[in-house]
Amino acid sequence: MSGARLSDLSKGDRGLIKAIAPEGHDGPGEIGHDELERRLLEMGFVEGAQFQILHEGLVGRDPIALKLDDMRVALRRREARAVLVERV
Amino acid sequence: MSEAVLPTRVALVGNPNSGKTALFNALTGSRQKVANYAGVTVERKEGMVTTPGGLRVSVLDLPGTYSLRARSPDEVVTRDVVLGRFAGEAPPDIVVCVADATNLRLVLRLVLELKAVGQPMLLVLNMYDIAQRQGIRIDIEGLSRELGVPVVTTVAVRKRGLEDLLAQVDALVAMDRPRAASLWHEPSAAEIRQSHRDAERMLRAHVKPPLRPDTFTGKMDAVLLHPVGGTVILMLILFLMFQAVFSWATPMMDAIDASFVWLGQAVAAYVPDGLLRSFLADGLIAGVGSVVVFLPQILILFFFIILLEDFGYMARAAFLMDRLMGVAGLHGRAFIPLLSSFACAIPGIMAARVIDNKRDRLTTIMVAPLTTCSARIPVYTLIIAAFIPDRVVWGFASMQGLVMFGLYAAGISSALIVAFVIRKLIWRSATEPFLIELPAYKVPDPKNVARGVLQRGEAFLKRAGTTIASMMVLIWFLSSFPGAPMGATQPAIDYSFAGMLGHALQPLMAPIGFTWQMVVALIPGMAAREVAVAALGTVYAVGGQDDTGGLAATLSQQWPLATALSFLAWYVFAPQCMSTLAVVRRETGRWLWPVIMFVYMVALAYGAAFLVYRIALAMGA
Repeated sequence: MSGARLSDLSKGDRGLIKAIAPEGHDGPGEIGHDELERRLLEMGFVEGAQFQILHEGLVGRDPIALKLDDMRVALRRREARAVLVERV
Repeated sequence: MSEAVLPTRVALVGNPNSGKTALFNALTGSRQKVANYAGVTVERKEGMVTTPGGLRVSVLDLPGTYSLRARSPDEVVTRDVVLGRFAGEAPPDIVVCVADATNLRLVLRLVLELKAVGQPMLLVLNMYDIAQRQGIRIDIEGLSRELGVPVVTTVAVRKRGLEDLLAQVDALVAMDRPRAASLWHEPSAAEIRQSHRDAERMLRAHVKPPLRPDTFTGKMDAVLLHPVGGTVILMLILFLMFQAVFSWATPMMDAIDASFVWLGQAVAAYVPDGLLRSFLADGLIAGVGSVVVFLPQILILFFFIILLEDFGYMARAAFLMDRLMGVAGLHGRAFIPLLSSFACAIPGIMAARVIDNKRDRLTTIMVAPLTTCSARIPVYTLIIAAFIPDRVVWGFASMQGLVMFGLYAAGISSALIVAFVIRKLIWRSATEPFLIELPAYKVPDPKNVARGVLQRGEAFLKRAGTTIASMMVLIWFLSSFPGAPMGATQPAIDYSFAGMLGHALQPLMAPIGFTWQMVVALIPGMAAREVAVAALGTVYAVGGQDDTGGLAATLSQQWPLATALSFLAWYVFAPQCMSTLAVVRRETGRWLWPVIMFVYMVALAYGAAFLVYRIALAMGA
């Protein structure tokens, strides 16, 4: 399966990051899609990186914690929408 | 005497959790100076060290960052100091980039960015012992060649590799390479991708992945990040923390209390009766003593906070609390400033700098003083000791501890409710992205924990020794002058300035059950919350009450229970701290925010105290 968003996955799912494609996040007081893209990149969300979802929060299974290459990162599903992935 | 040569300036830069501060401590030991950067409230830590080559080096520990793109005020300091743009701060001669040797990917990208700045630099692979234990093989020479910078390995907590590091500093200084022009500019997304690809290529070429990867972190997270179990554990940790603050500190506090009583009596024995004796014993010694006595609790609280931080748990707490914070319109990161506010709102408000979004940050700042800071502990403990029976309930919990827990719960829940009102009703907009690294768990280094705890304790004592002691002298003066007229029937303080002020304001406070002595104590209590305890002590000791039975005993005779409860409710909310208001002014750049903060907190305090007092009266307390 391909073309999924990281935000749609569940605990245990793993895959590869295909693209960082933020939409929105441009409302008042928001950081903007370009800034979100750069922050995700700086945190290691880069095309080709491997991931596995390790943990989900209590309420609404949000935020999510994942293994990203050799580190661990947590983010909200709202931002995880910007990460396009390929499940393996 | 010859003119001292200016020391070589070395700046430590690195990702958060790279062990940068441990390395800084290992290098500089006790020769550290903790202050603030000019004009901003980011903590500036500088220390001195001498290299094997005899060079004097000043080491600057810069705030951790993933890039020079500065997304928060802390990171702005790092960027501006590194780029030599920071007014009043000379640019570093050498940039030392500190990396966690087990987690090189992101830091290699940072090294590539730092290289563009053009200063001589050096990469330190810290926690190298852990990397070796995991079987990560790093081709140091190859990496150094490819990066074009010297690479050394260290184990900061064991003080290993420090000589190497300093020898490299000597070598870089000896080369005396002119600083290259800075080519740094804020990288675009495409440039970040490119530097990632470069870093990835270097990793593949020079770093073999671990043969025995860290499985401990994964196992711990399975428990600590469990949606239900993890949250329960977090609550248990907080509960334990506050029980410990309350019970462990008692013997030490008794000892400190006894020694100040002894000191006061010793002075009273040598100094003839009169103004000087009253000043020394009732004003100065009693005043400072009643503040210093709370040092053990502050040390214990910071011990827990620093221990959890160094263990790597704080990021997990932010993960667990993000959704709850989100309900209140706050960011998971706000959990750490709010947790720090349990020690003191001032570092908490300053820690809110890690929140990049302005509105999120302002909201966190506005509610931070509602969480129960350690300066409230003296007030709470005094009232609890005086009015709450020392009983065991449910077979294990101390009733006094439970009341304390309740006061903490009132503080944090009111902070969340106020944040909700601000973020959901006043400023309706989306919150900041929550995007954090979950560092590998590490056994905290006792020496680093001890240093951190002592630095906090020192800061508290400095405050007690200066601001608070001078307030004590002021209140002693206000409550001693003018003296009682001849043939006075009331205690002397009744005729003093403080008495006049207390009497004047008392009608305002009568509906919430406050006596004029309490109102008097609240006035110097604006300097800092704990001052109210010393002020009550002074008011009652000077007021001719029985001062041998201790303040708690005096209060339990003087106040009805309803008044005591009302006083506790007042202290949950009241903005009894000028320093907090001053820091808010400094952090927000305007007087508007501290004024709003003062008004809303006074309103909450008055309302809560009024309700508590009336309900307690109605229930027959």
